[in-house]
Amino acid sequence: MAYALELEGIHKAFGDFVALKSIDLTIESGELVCFLGPSGCGKTTLLRIIAGLERQTRGRVIQDGRDVSHAPPAARDYGIVFQSYALFPNLTIEQNVGYGLVNRRRARNEIKARVNELLTLVGLSAEGRKFPSQLSGGQQQRVALARALAISPHLLLLDEPLSALDAKVRERLRGEVRGLQQRLGVTTIMVTHDQEEALSMSDRIVVMNQGTIEQIGTPSDVYERPQTPFVADFLGKVNVLRATALGEGRYRAGTVELDLPVDGFAAGESVRIYLRPEDRHVEGDIASLPNRLTGKITAIDYLGTFCLAELACPGLGQPLLISYSLNQMHDLGVRTGNEIQFALRVDRVRVFAERAST
Amino acid sequence: MMSAAARANPASFKVIPSRLALAAEVLVARGGLILLATGLLVFLAVPLVMILIRSTENRDGVFIGLANFAQYLRSPSFGNSLTNTLQFSVTTTLVTVPLAFGFAYAIQRSRIPYKGLWRNIAMIPILAPSLLAAISFIYLFGNQGWLKFVIGWFGIKTIYGMPGMVLAMTFSSFPHALMILLAALALSDARLYEVAEALGTSEWRKFMTITLPGAKYGLVSACMVIFTMAVSEFGVPKVIGGNTAVLAVDIYKQVIGQQNFQIGAVVGLLLLLPAVVAYGIDHLVQRRAQALLTARSVPYQPRRARLRDSLLLAFVILISAALLLVVGMAAFGSLVKVWPYNLSLTLNHYTYGFEEAGLEHAYRNSLNMAVWCALLGSAVTFTGAYWLEKTRRDQTEGLNFLRPVIRFQAMLPMAVPGMVLGIGYILFFNHPSNPLNFLYGTMTVLVLSTVIHFYSSSHLTAVTALKQIDSEFESVSASLKVPFYKTFWRVTVPVCLPSVLDIFRYYFVNAMTTISCVVFLYSPKTTPASVSILQLDEAGAIGSAAAMATLIVVTSGMVTGVIFTLEWWLVRRTQAWRNTAQS
Ligand SMILES: Nc1ncnc2c1ncn2[C@@H]1O[C@H](COP(=O)(O)OP(=O)(O)OP(=O)(O)O)[C@@H](O)[C@H]1O
Ligand SMILES: [Mg+2]
Repeated sequence: MAYALELEGIHKAFGDFVALKSIDLTIESGELVCFLGPSGCGKTTLLRIIAGLERQTRGRVIQDGRDVSHAPPAARDYGIVFQSYALFPNLTIEQNVGYGLVNRRRARNEIKARVNELLTLVGLSAEGRKFPSQLSGGQQQRVALARALAISPHLLLLDEPLSALDAKVRERLRGEVRGLQQRLGVTTIMVTHDQEEALSMSDRIVVMNQGTIEQIGTPSDVYERPQTPFVADFLGKVNVLRATALGEGRYRAGTVELDLPVDGFAAGESVRIYLRPEDRHVEGDIASLPNRLTGKITAIDYLGTFCLAELACPGLGQPLLISYSLNQMHDLGVRTGNEIQFALRVDRVRVFAERAST
Repeated sequence: MMSAAARANPASFKVIPSRLALAAEVLVARGGLILLATGLLVFLAVPLVMILIRSTENRDGVFIGLANFAQYLRSPSFGNSLTNTLQFSVTTTLVTVPLAFGFAYAIQRSRIPYKGLWRNIAMIPILAPSLLAAISFIYLFGNQGWLKFVIGWFGIKTIYGMPGMVLAMTFSSFPHALMILLAALALSDARLYEVAEALGTSEWRKFMTITLPGAKYGLVSACMVIFTMAVSEFGVPKVIGGNTAVLAVDIYKQVIGQQNFQIGAVVGLLLLLPAVVAYGIDHLVQRRAQALLTARSVPYQPRRARLRDSLLLAFVILISAALLLVVGMAAFGSLVKVWPYNLSLTLNHYTYGFEEAGLEHAYRNSLNMAVWCALLGSAVTFTGAYWLEKTRRDQTEGLNFLRPVIRFQAMLPMAVPGMVLGIGYILFFNHPSNPLNFLYGTMTVLVLSTVIHFYSSSHLTAVTALKQIDSEFESVSASLKVPFYKTFWRVTVPVCLPSVLDIFRYYFVNAMTTISCVVFLYSPKTTPASVSILQLDEAGAIGSAAAMATLIVVTSGMVTGVIFTLEWWLVRRTQAWRNTAQS
């Protein structure tokens, strides 16, 4: 069985500027894949190349086993939702959803039934006669989705579909879009620069940076096992500790020696240790654990259900962010000025050579 | 909320457009681009190139290098005409721009009442041929002028010549400068003024250090536009210029009077020079201005200031009254028996003109021409701008080099004086071996030349409107397998209809009033109304000339009114979807 989509060595240059460098990627049928990366890294460009709206400088696009590298958009099989939705303002919701269905030599009632079915699918069956400007942002987003799905595409392309909405609506729609996608089983590519969105919705995430793919993997792959410093840094909060490798998994940061389950660096090599604020032991029998540290709390960033405490650890030479749940905050006396003891939890820690780090 | 509705036979709605359908779409995209490029080439570029060629040939079509230039530059009339033209243009600019700036300042930066009214009055000159002002000033200050004694106060002996030319040109060009300056003063950052106020800056200092520099680009632009207009103005010097020779009239005499196309071409090129320079400067300056506009600024809300507002109101009333006086004078002059001796009202000038001087014919010609220009012009300009800006580059592969060429040609007419275009048309279409020769002297060529003459502004309006709508409509359309031209018709045109109507109105009014280009191209059968004013004036029938000018103002005014009403009605009727702009 062929992949739903294969990209082979996609390269894109705008004049002298290289927007994409040899992108290889395969997507399975029914998957939801997110392109995640900072602004300007080439996510939209890659999506538009898949859609045929932009032509790659080199490389091939293969959809369902068919080479569509040079096919015009109309000869490819996809539906697309843009960040702006691009709903036709002068057409009603029904006309928008049915836009791709007219002229298809189909009976009027057949089209009408299909439009109704789609509007029901996205929960807007009562709004068919309205114009786009009379709907809320979230509703407009769903109309755009219905319009893209109307022509039963094998591939659904979404360019930052939720970024124009406020936080509350965005969170609700995440679940709805994902649910709909799974129910229809339609292969979907979604572009986003919102990591939470990518982590909560995707089967797999493609992390991009400056026109290249940094890592492809499941949400837990990329969050827990980042392959590059960029990925570790881009997803979630992370402490980056300058350190020197001492060999055999031992490292020195400042004057503190750490024992980590990561090896492969020559003694004396400069490295960076990537450690998330939640990778720590703060309760129980800390005294018996390795990689123990004591720090003075210099600042607390209170975030509701948890907080991030900034600790000054003697000898480490750099501040450390450690997270505490609300309960731990109260139980352990996490307050500015207090001294607190903790141990690093090292099973997820990543170490990269300094020159690889950004 | 998203119910688990059944997915009925999903594959059945899959659409695979046929090869034929895809090829047709490509053909339409390419065809449109080629058509537009060819049209601009034949009706703009080639005629202009013809001027260049003919200016280096002798009467028999033999290449003689720059001999024609040498001959003309050495002729005694040249120095005189050049000095006069420059004096005329510079003086007009120095009078018009400050007046328009004061007016614009009052509208945008003060709290005077009835701003809409003043603004509309100030736009009236656009509805009138420039000859109307010349005629009015003759009525007012001419040999039998009612206010003749007034010019005596300023030591002016006669209105014929430079004083009349400058006055009439100031009237005609005022709204053009005003529109630019209104726009320039509309964009201002309130925060700058707040900072200045916090520092206790005086009003005068604020004006000099914030307002003027902020409007700098608009001022340069207005100066260039007015200067170019005056350099290439033909009707005003012809009617009220007396013995003051200017380049534009020289061309007319050489080409029409003496059939000397070579020297005509030479003067045409010389006339093109200052216009192109002015246009180039303006273009450079505007480019830098773009950067200023992108900055996020807070709109400035003028506060009440008694003294300032009273002075500005007085100024605005004075200017408005003067503008109304000029239009009113022409209208009144056309209605009295013998100015200024017998002021009893009569329709004689109208009936005489209509019955004996062929005015009815001329008026019909103009109406005809204006309607065709408006229809053809708005259709071609808007469709052309769409094809240029919104068709996919991969569909027009191999033809994409045409896009910058078209863009350049679309902006070119702005820098080409109407007379120069007219000469180019004569040289090209009157050429015996041109297969398009049959067009010469027809209404078609009048319409085509006028559409080209006013192409640039209309093109800019269309491009601006197209840039304001969502840039992904075409992409969505392609993903839904709907050809772009269907989306153009079903979505783009309806959404942009107000702008299309604006373009329609612009073409109509300009076609009614234009003279500089058509004066070279009309035949006895196709004489337009504006040209007939010139003829009546030459024949000494100033009353009928005024009658015709008045009729043109009334007609363009009425059409403008009708179109504004239509736009208002349209926007109201479609406000269900227009009102709240979607993100
Ligand atoms: N038509 C174009 N011409 C020149 N450069 C372009 C063009 N389109 C995109 N680029 C450049 O290519 C790079 C990638 O753009 P792209 O729109 O794919 O970024 P993105 O990852 O989608 O960013 P964002 O999150 O801001 O949407 C950017 O630096 C952009 O400036
Ligand atoms: Mg993007």
